[in-house]
Amino acid sequence: MNLFYLPAVLLFLVFVIYPFIQGGFLSLTNWNGYSQSYKMVGLKNYVRLFTDGNVGTAFLNTLIYGFGSTLLQNVLGLALALFLNGKFRGRSVLRTVIYLPVMIAPLIMGYVMYFFFSYNRGAINDIVLALGGQMVDWMASGPRAVAIMTVVNALQFVGVSMVIYLAGLQNIPQMYYEAAAMDGIGKAAQLRYITLPLLMPAIQSAVVVNLIGGLKLFDIIMALTSGGPGYASHSLSTLVHRTYFGSENAGYASAIGLVSFLLIMVIGTLVTRYFTKKEVEM
Amino acid sequence: MKKGKRLGRPSNAWRIPVAAVILLVFLAPFYILLSVAFRSPQDLNSYWRFPTQLHLENFTDAIENGKILLSMANSLILTVGAVLLITVVGALAAYPLARCRTRLNQGIKGFVMGVMMVPPLSILVSLYSVLVKMHGVNQYWGIILILVTFELPLSIFLYSNFISSIPGALDEAASIDGCGPVRTFFRIILPQLKPVTASVVILTGVHCWNDYQFSLYVLQSPKLRTIPLAIASYFSQTTSNINAAAAAALLAILPIVIVFLFLQKYFIQGMVDSAIK
Repeated sequence: MNLFYLPAVLLFLVFVIYPFIQGGFLSLTNWNGYSQSYKMVGLKNYVRLFTDGNVGTAFLNTLIYGFGSTLLQNVLGLALALFLNGKFRGRSVLRTVIYLPVMIAPLIMGYVMYFFFSYNRGAINDIVLALGGQMVDWMASGPRAVAIMTVVNALQFVGVSMVIYLAGLQNIPQMYYEAAAMDGIGKAAQLRYITLPLLMPAIQSAVVVNLIGGLKLFDIIMALTSGGPGYASHSLSTLVHRTYFGSENAGYASAIGLVSFLLIMVIGTLVTRYFTKKEVEM
Repeated sequence: MKKGKRLGRPSNAWRIPVAAVILLVFLAPFYILLSVAFRSPQDLNSYWRFPTQLHLENFTDAIENGKILLSMANSLILTVGAVLLITVVGALAAYPLARCRTRLNQGIKGFVMGVMMVPPLSILVSLYSVLVKMHGVNQYWGIILILVTFELPLSIFLYSNFISSIPGALDEAASIDGCGPVRTFFRIILPQLKPVTASVVILTGVHCWNDYQFSLYVLQSPKLRTIPLAIASYFSQTTSNINAAAAAALLAILPIVIVFLFLQKYFIQGMVDSAIK
């Protein structure tokens, strides 16, 4: 029966484990990505990596993309779920509309956002002008571009956490709230002492799902800034892409890739652990 | 009568402005996209003002020069191929992982979950050179195998959760009746997997259909461009005709939006299944 997972294991061996090991080897070379010859350069790529400001920026940005959108998606997602959990007309239409962007390719969503954030004729600048303000070149500043793309990513995928929370809310027995109301406990306290603790499994799932998505952010950056201005809005993923295909520095790209692989693995495991423990405590 | 009563409930009145703001925020991208796509390049009004005359030439331009229909066919081929393998290979792998909890199997399961977390671009350089060696670049099977590999964890996760909830007594009964594991799987387990298969197909299907990062490397020939690749190349070459580019983007999202509107229930159920154990 164990033979059943042979095809899957084979695929992982060929396309994950082998490339990982080979990446480790390539990261010790100065390979340019296509030529037959290359030299071993020892740990040079790693030394360079830890002193390279662009890598530092990309690492920081990756954390902002990951944790920033996770925070936004969960706070907003929970708020939207609580809002839609009430009974009123049009709630299913709202749910559809909020979930719809999840279907759209992030790359295409990025291009649509171009119509909002471009300097000339951008839909946001039109509003700014109508309100009497000055036009802003939104993507000209790195930190601002990072913030905008974090928000865009969060809003595009907030539907995911919303439906997870909606499912979680529907699993909480109504009688807890009835009992609390009878004891004269207010809505805010009900949220704090009934809803949130009982939602813990849903919160854990939503956080992990969002974090995984956010730390991998690639498409939307490619569509909106390609990592610019300069290197200011790169994530680790886009930086690897740029170092490999743009600068033809495959050895260095492998080193950046491996370090980000390990970092994200560690962060992901720690966050999952933290929430699993939290669930038991509450 | 009924309506009047509902409106009369005081607790719901505050919901109307909130709902309006939500609608506005989430529909704005679609509104602007429509507004740009149907606009003549000569129309210099704000995108917020919907064009009074619908300029359909943008769409013919997108279809002829942007090759949007060809890219849809390409996306369809690789999505169908990949999803087929993702379900079959995933369900097969999940069966032993859910049934025999040996240490080896637990280790494999942990590894599979780890793959889900990692950004695939971190092993990009060597992944690409592996594919070059296998002559899988610019081949449907090349991109399909890579998509399958990176979507398998989700598929295995969903299937093994589902199979764990099927009573093991069924397998035992089958084996007492003389069924080997292969027959047990195909006769007893497989027929019960319909609902979870719907979730797997939908979730991984959307990922494959929308994939950009893998296709960007594997499918370099213009003939093989998928929808995201076609849109990316069309946007980069038509800065002069942004309206046709918008039309292309609109055509590109149309199929998945339509499918979603009809099968919404399954999409949302699939998402919930994948997140809550």
